[in-house]
Amino acid sequence: MPYDAAVLSNATALKIVIVGHVDHGKSTLVGRLLHETDSLPDGKTQSLREVCERRGMPFEWAFVVDALQAERDQGITIDIAHIPFRSRLRPYVIIDAPGHKEFLKNMITGAASADAAVLVIDAIEGVQEQSRRHGYLLHLLGLRQLAVVVNKMDAVDFSEQRFDEVSGEIRAYLAGIGVTPTQIIPVSARHGDNVVGRSGQMAWYVGPTVIEALDGFAPSIEPTELPLRFPVQDVFKFDHRRIIAGRVESGRLKVGDRLLFSPSGKTARVASIESWNSAVPAVSAAAGQSIGVTLDEQIFIERGQLASLVEAAPIEAELFRARLFWLGRAPLQSGRRYKLKLATAEHIVTVEKVERVIDVADLASVATDWVERNAVAEVVLRARSKVALDTFIDNPRTGRFVLVDNYDIVGGGVISMEGLPDRRCAPAQAAADLTSVAHKVTMGDRWKSNRHRGGILWLTGLSGSGKSTVAMEVERRLFQKGYQVFVLDGDNVRQGLNSDLGFGPEDRAENIRRVGEVAHLFAQAGMIVITAFISPYRADRDRARAIAPELFHEIFVDASVEECQRRDPKGLYAKARQGTIAEFTGLTAPYEPPLTPQLAIDTAALSVEEAVEEVLRYIERDVQRTEPVAAPPVRPDVAL
Amino acid sequence: MSTSDLDALESQSIFILREAFNRIDKVAMLWSIGKDSNVLLWLARKAFFGHVPFPVVHVDTSYKIPEMIEFRDRFAKEWKLPLIIGGNQEALADGMHPAKGRVTCCTALKTEPLKQIIREHGFTGVIVGIRRDEEGTRAKERVFSPRNETAEWDFKDQPPEFWDQFKTDFAPGTHLRIHPLLHWGELDVWRYIERENIPMVDLYFAKNGRRYRSLGCAPCTGTVASNATTVAEIIEELRTTRVSERSGRAQDKESEDAFERLRSQGYM
Repeated sequence: MPYDAAVLSNATALKIVIVGHVDHGKSTLVGRLLHETDSLPDGKTQSLREVCERRGMPFEWAFVVDALQAERDQGITIDIAHIPFRSRLRPYVIIDAPGHKEFLKNMITGAASADAAVLVIDAIEGVQEQSRRHGYLLHLLGLRQLAVVVNKMDAVDFSEQRFDEVSGEIRAYLAGIGVTPTQIIPVSARHGDNVVGRSGQMAWYVGPTVIEALDGFAPSIEPTELPLRFPVQDVFKFDHRRIIAGRVESGRLKVGDRLLFSPSGKTARVASIESWNSAVPAVSAAAGQSIGVTLDEQIFIERGQLASLVEAAPIEAELFRARLFWLGRAPLQSGRRYKLKLATAEHIVTVEKVERVIDVADLASVATDWVERNAVAEVVLRARSKVALDTFIDNPRTGRFVLVDNYDIVGGGVISMEGLPDRRCAPAQAAADLTSVAHKVTMGDRWKSNRHRGGILWLTGLSGSGKSTVAMEVERRLFQKGYQVFVLDGDNVRQGLNSDLGFGPEDRAENIRRVGEVAHLFAQAGMIVITAFISPYRADRDRARAIAPELFHEIFVDASVEECQRRDPKGLYAKARQGTIAEFTGLTAPYEPPLTPQLAIDTAALSVEEAVEEVLRYIERDVQRTEPVAAPPVRPDVAL
Repeated sequence: MSTSDLDALESQSIFILREAFNRIDKVAMLWSIGKDSNVLLWLARKAFFGHVPFPVVHVDTSYKIPEMIEFRDRFAKEWKLPLIIGGNQEALADGMHPAKGRVTCCTALKTEPLKQIIREHGFTGVIVGIRRDEEGTRAKERVFSPRNETAEWDFKDQPPEFWDQFKTDFAPGTHLRIHPLLHWGELDVWRYIERENIPMVDLYFAKNGRRYRSLGCAPCTGTVASNATTVAEIIEELRTTRVSERSGRAQDKESEDAFERLRSQGYM
């Protein structure tokens, strides 16, 4: 096919996903499209014909697509293929997605990146389970342009009546999920009818051919007109600059804009947009661009925060609704915990409720509290801390997320806030009205005067593992040696500072947050502070560490649940077993052990004395290791 | 601000490189000295504002075309790259050569030393400049593609990958291959080279009517007929060519599934 090189040379390829039930002829359609648009490398068809001859099997156009041997053997496309070709109008990339149900995760992988979709339906079999499921998922993935191909018309004698039946059936289903197909085209992919050239067999059809339908799709555009969403991907300090790096997901930003970082509530102005090997410094950026900015104030920023303009902030919520598709081998269950990834943020979420599982065949609801693999459901999720998000309708880029279980992505969902409060992040007062005041006594001065370094020894472990026992004895021994040392103990702090907090996940997180801040103040005052808290969640401990990583030493007081139950010094395990304590770490609530603690002490194997000796050895050898004493900088964003 | 399709490709690659650097503890980049990995290196310097914050690994088979090694040494120095050079001296001492079978040779001199470097340095992520449009099995790849303990690729059970959420959690002992150029085409690569003025090995430019279109080891890499002596002429040529990019690479053709076997065992 001749084409205009000048038009094509700089046009962006439109990505088309081809979906449909297994064996309805998706790969055949693609092979035929490539052949008829003259897009195959010389010799490709010939070499495949030879392979077929050698193997004694008839040549199929689908083989062009199925480059993997495994696929030729099984005759099914098990993974997506990306195949470029050109029409007269523009370049395309065809994403050929597998139709087999067990490869749904591959189909989603392919479809999610497409600009438009073609749903292939077999004229003999009509609309099948995967035709419906794929149609439903395309909609859920956010794809709004869909053409339907009724294939194998040659096998139904190019019957207009059969075509009308099948197109009526699919049109009705799609209408039920709010989708109107752009075209429904009768095709015989094997023989090339209505693929590129018009069919001589179906004079009754006057609509476009497949290639004409493709050329009618509009390219996706970046959402530059939506409010600014700039998720922090990383903070770079390779040189004198502190660069906040990330991709603008929607909207625009420019130098001088005041950014609000959710959910921390901190604000700062864009001082510059950084770049490398560019003659003129950029002063603005828009959706789709990977950029780096510097800020006019040194506020504490980390990956996962979502920058917006102050006047158009995202929603902040711990509780939200989602419609999701589930890919996990184990079913999604109400009450279970998963890791949620939304833009660059990660949160631990619990499935509060499975509201309904949707039967994609007839769109009926099924009431269960679990979701099987490859099913679609509406659920309510609860995060342990505030999540910055948008509803999918308002902003698809920040209104969608994936769930991770163990090492695997097990589902994807789109957010709605139906029936839930719409709270937005307000700029934190601390950031707006407080400025840090520099001490005239530095931490280094204090260390010199104390003749030891300060720091936080963060003891974590199950109830009954020996944290308090070890902490109090280490305190006594260090004090005798002349150290400035103090223990923050869980039960003691809860009687005062944290007497307003309970034991639910949020309160536990807040308990640890406050202890982290107090410990940090002690450490800044030059002291060694020992904290003895169960602190079961890794994320909470990481947050405490993040305040001043160089002062933080995580010590894992390790003893098995069985051993701790045997000891049960406070009688808590007994109460928990009787059900008088609802969420008890180790029994009915999780404990996440440290992955890389600075020190682990096994209190089942060691005596109290031996455990204390190990901690003392660690302090004297590692905490006090380097001379002369040089203090790390005081955290810049803390008002003192 | 208007953005071209090259800007979009560049932004996506930078996003991927930054994800790899942030999410993976010990990451390295493979540098084959070919056009794609030169572009990748350039993109890394853009992503990290002039820095390359991870080691750059070159697997030297000893059969590389001499110009490639000269190019490597010159730019490693000029761009101050943290370069690691790997190779399988033992196999070479035993006389490993393509004559012993091309797939056998590629496995011994490329795949094995790569696995060894990954083991030795404890890399949990390796950034590789492969592209979907190069070859059928590469077309199936994920951007973040897991490899098991023995560096094998399970192409039959790949993780889902959508909405730019990549597989960044993986079991100890396994590692990830990261493919920031997966969505680029050969023509895009050359147009980007032209726009950014990225230095390239001379072997890509025609001499006496022939040029290299893809670079590898001297015994297994052939030239194609071409009169393109500049980047602009290469771009013109690619707009009309019907010859596949890896047509000069002999190891792909040893048998019908040679390249697939190489890749599933851990080849890049």
